Amino acid sequence: MTKKLWTGSDSKILPVFCIITFIVIIWYGFSIILNAPWEYDKAKRNSITLSKTELVNQTWSQKRPKLPTPHQVAKEMWDTTVNKKVTSKRSLIYHGLITFYETIYGFAFGTGLGILLALGIVYNRATAMSVMPWIVTSQTIPILAIAPMIVVALGSAGFSGLMPIVIISMYLSFFPVVVGMVKGLKSPEQLDIDQMKTWSASKSQVLFKLRAPKSTPYLFTSLKLGMAASVVGAIVGELPSGGGGGLGFRMLSGSTFGNTLHIWSGLFSAAILAGSLIAIISIIQRIVLKRMALET
Amino acid sequence: MVQSEVINVSNLDLTFETSDGPVHALKNVDLKVNRGDFVSFIGPSGCGKTTLLRVLADLDEPTDGEVTVNGVSPREAREARAYGYVFQAAGLYPWRNVAANVKLPLEIMGYSKEEQLKRVKKVLDLVELTGFEKKYPWQLSGGMQQRASIARALAFDADILFMDEPFGALDEIVRDHLNKQLLELWKSTNKTICFVTHSIPEAVYLSTKIVVMSPRPGRIVDIIDSNLPSDRPLEIRDSKEFIEISQRVREGLRAGHSDD
Repeated sequence: MTKKLWTGSDSKILPVFCIITFIVIIWYGFSIILNAPWEYDKAKRNSITLSKTELVNQTWSQKRPKLPTPHQVAKEMWDTTVNKKVTSKRSLIYHGLITFYETIYGFAFGTGLGILLALGIVYNRATAMSVMPWIVTSQTIPILAIAPMIVVALGSAGFSGLMPIVIISMYLSFFPVVVGMVKGLKSPEQLDIDQMKTWSASKSQVLFKLRAPKSTPYLFTSLKLGMAASVVGAIVGELPSGGGGGLGFRMLSGSTFGNTLHIWSGLFSAAILAGSLIAIISIIQRIVLKRMALET
Repeated sequence: MVQSEVINVSNLDLTFETSDGPVHALKNVDLKVNRGDFVSFIGPSGCGKTTLLRVLADLDEPTDGEVTVNGVSPREAREARAYGYVFQAAGLYPWRNVAANVKLPLEIMGYSKEEQLKRVKKVLDLVELTGFEKKYPWQLSGGMQQRASIARALAFDADILFMDEPFGALDEIVRDHLNKQLLELWKSTNKTICFVTHSIPEAVYLSTKIVVMSPRPGRIVDIIDSNLPSDRPLEIRDSKEFIEISQRVREGLRAGHSDD
């Protein structure tokens, strides 16, 4: 059983483990290379010659390293989650929760908007022709460029706090949902449509009994992409908002004050957040598709 | 006896506009089908047999000519749910089991829950799929899927059944069996069946009337009234009458081909 887990052709554990080991080794290597100049300078000032072991030990344990090692990042994350109160501004959980709420709202609105637009595009030629180019255009504009504008514009209209960030998150997440759902809602073949016609089915019956169930697999793929985009949107949105907290804010302040540990721990928290949210969608996907007998 | 005339086609013309120019799919088609007839449309591919069926079902619109189904236009007939249509592919929904697939048109047509259950049970029995209600399409063989598809077309008990090469993708042994079942079903339900095929034995075995068609432009070259007895064991295919009708169908097909 254990053996199968490691070597079975469908097991992902071995290849994933190999890649992670590989990355960690390279990471430790670069920690030495990037942090070494500072140690050499220090040694030179104190007129000491560093042995190889000393150099490695010291580059791996600097207070303010250029590139912190994995174990330093892990320790920082442990200290700022388990050893801090959730209400503290130094807690990663505090910042993570802020980003989580922004992401979830942005995702919910983005998904809703995406599905509505997809329905409009599939059912109405005028909508398809007039809206589709704008949807595509919207995604060619760098989000970093318009995020501050959205924050400022909404701020002057009296909306501050989470709202502008949720809008930015939604702005990124609706796109994969539109594209996926247009494809999904159009996935029934001509035969399926003809068949519905022979029964004189109404438009809403075709939607709920054919198009919607047939597009479910597409929906889940879109949701996963949309969720990843929502997290990115929330973090990017936090940057120009200032002060409000969140993982993006944490990374930005780390960058401002040269605290690489804050940047890296924030980065990993964001990755864990995104990964967990996508994993939850994957689990729901498996359950739903299995129930629908679309996956065995 | 005007009532006995179910389908009346006169001077039907249909031209498809394609990017390669117009395609004359049907030309000058005249046809009468009486209640209880089993009509087969046979011909090479491109002869318009499927198109003709689709016109009768209001899935394609004729360019010219008169078509009535049950005395009204195909559209009104479709809206009155006057026919069941069996496509070449079973077209079952993978997320619905057999019973739920058969139930689908009943849901759409707004039958009550009890009526749905009653009818599903009845038609599944008719196509000998009792016991497979809970199976999903992928768990069935091709022949069983097609039987489920026929059950679905029968579920709302329309008088007319349109079938477009329903057994075209099946092997000959399964096909023989389903042909026999279909004949029994036709006799017991007394429906009018229009059946598209490209198999001569299938057409002759099943039909009371065989419509031989030819391509470019699609037209009817011969209409053969079969004099075979209504009781048809599979062995009838070795009889003299059967061979004679097959011969005439073959000649019709050849005549249609000689002038292109």
